[in-house]
Amino acid sequence: MNILVCICHVPDTTTKIKFNGTELDKNGVQFIIGPYDDYALARAVELKDASGGKLTVLNVGEADTEPTIRKALAIGADNAVRINAHPKDAYFVAEQIAAYAKDKNFDMILMGREASDYNGGQVHGMVAEMLDMPCVAPCMTLEVNGNVAKMGREIEGGKEYVECEMPFVAGCQEPIAEWKIPNMRGIMMARKKPLEVIEPTTESAPTEVVNYELPAERGNVKMIDADNLDELVRLLKEEAKVL
Amino acid sequence: MSVLVYIEADNNAVKKSSLEALTYAAKMSAGDVTALVTDKAEGLEDLGKYGVKTVLQVSDDKLSTRPVSAIASAIAAAAQKVGANAVVMSRSSTVDAAAPRVGVKLKATVASNVVALPQTDNGFVVRRGVYTGKAFADTKLEGEIKILTIAKNAIGVEETGSGAATVEAFSPEYGAKDFAVKVTDVKKQEGDILLPEADLVVSAGRGLKGPENWDMIENLAKTLGAATACSKPVSDMDWRPHHEHVGQTGIKVAPSLYIAVGISGAIQHLAGVNSSKTIVVINKDEEAPFFKSADYGVVGDAFDVVPKLQAALEKAGI
Repeated sequence: MNILVCICHVPDTTTKIKFNGTELDKNGVQFIIGPYDDYALARAVELKDASGGKLTVLNVGEADTEPTIRKALAIGADNAVRINAHPKDAYFVAEQIAAYAKDKNFDMILMGREASDYNGGQVHGMVAEMLDMPCVAPCMTLEVNGNVAKMGREIEGGKEYVECEMPFVAGCQEPIAEWKIPNMRGIMMARKKPLEVIEPTTESAPTEVVNYELPAERGNVKMIDADNLDELVRLLKEEAKVL
Repeated sequence: MSVLVYIEADNNAVKKSSLEALTYAAKMSAGDVTALVTDKAEGLEDLGKYGVKTVLQVSDDKLSTRPVSAIASAIAAAAQKVGANAVVMSRSSTVDAAAPRVGVKLKATVASNVVALPQTDNGFVVRRGVYTGKAFADTKLEGEIKILTIAKNAIGVEETGSGAATVEAFSPEYGAKDFAVKVTDVKKQEGDILLPEADLVVSAGRGLKGPENWDMIENLAKTLGAATACSKPVSDMDWRPHHEHVGQTGIKVAPSLYIAVGISGAIQHLAGVNSSKTIVVINKDEEAPFFKSADYGVVGDAFDVVPKLQAALEKAGI
């Protein structure tokens, strides 16, 4: 099986977000593999371990993302590709992935359902449309039987089970696999695995962030005595007007 | 500006979130709104109340499971038919998956998770929720056609028009691979209020000590007409199903009222709920970080406070 996993390089989920103008303030911020991409990678490693083949990991990013890519290699990817560009927006990233993947005969292209920074959830669908492939997202289970992939997909209030032939694209989320933590052997091997750097095919990005803003802080919490919950009900009715 | 709105219906009724998309479209378009419906739905003429002139209705059993690629083809074809400058739709499992495909088909610019009307005095700028609700990004969109997916409960529903909409049959052409993904089974909860759609949510965490104690949470939710939810550790331990997990890697909710019982308020949990209009936190630890993000707080043991709250609601006739 020939699998491509696309990962993004995002702030750790515990990060308090701050900005310098239109740039994220990276001071003291630890960067990680996108949490949803981590699930995609974990499932891809399991599939490769079960049936053999090759697992390539791809990131659209500048040189500072290489420690994140090396972590993916330590978890079990065989080789890595970094497309040397600032990931300007979803369309730009999707174009780079599609351009790279179009002649590589991947059986599946996996990534997270969304990046945890921009939360757009667009890249998998765009890549699939650009390559004329089926796409399933958010994908919670993935089994392969011959040339057919069976997937479970989250829908409102439940799950939908689908199947399609390979190749396909999926945007993954938990509980598709257990996250994998790299072991020492994996970390040592990752240093020797190939990491190819290629230049982007286009420069165009149809969107641009012109301003960031943090949500307004909530006012001070009103504490209610646990023995006076009639007062809480009154406030929810009369002050918050939500009942 | 000509705007196409993709409408979803459940049990033959147009979803509230789709009415929000219509409200958004009517306000941004100054009156040129066409709706596209691919689900079975009744009373579509009534969408005139939300500013819709024409409803394009696709009646095709092949679309009953909402196959994403075919829905994307239908949306793109309808947008081309009406010469839409924008396609507006409310976020859902179908819309989230279809919107990027529509974007590529129409060579249009996509903005997802939009929370406010566009600013058009200097280009076309929309505000999107990013960093899982921890920030907003005002985003300038280039291109002739814009595709906007609207965050739930960000806009509200308002009747902006009068008269009846005209309903027209519409038969889009599909791509060769539009039905390549086959739905083999669907397992849905029956009878409950669906969490992503809910206006009121009662959520609980490890403070409940075990799945056997969820009856009181379900009773509270039933009294309020609310959906139930849980924190990540609770779904990880299989106390509650995964589709109830709210937070950074679970479902993000934005209800009018979010009541959190026995949840300390880790930053990842807050990321999934901080768009809620009003937050009530019940926790026995007065130092729980969630109190800093709450509107109302009660310090006390869940097993003491929840039954008392239930009684207070019943006393108030709720």
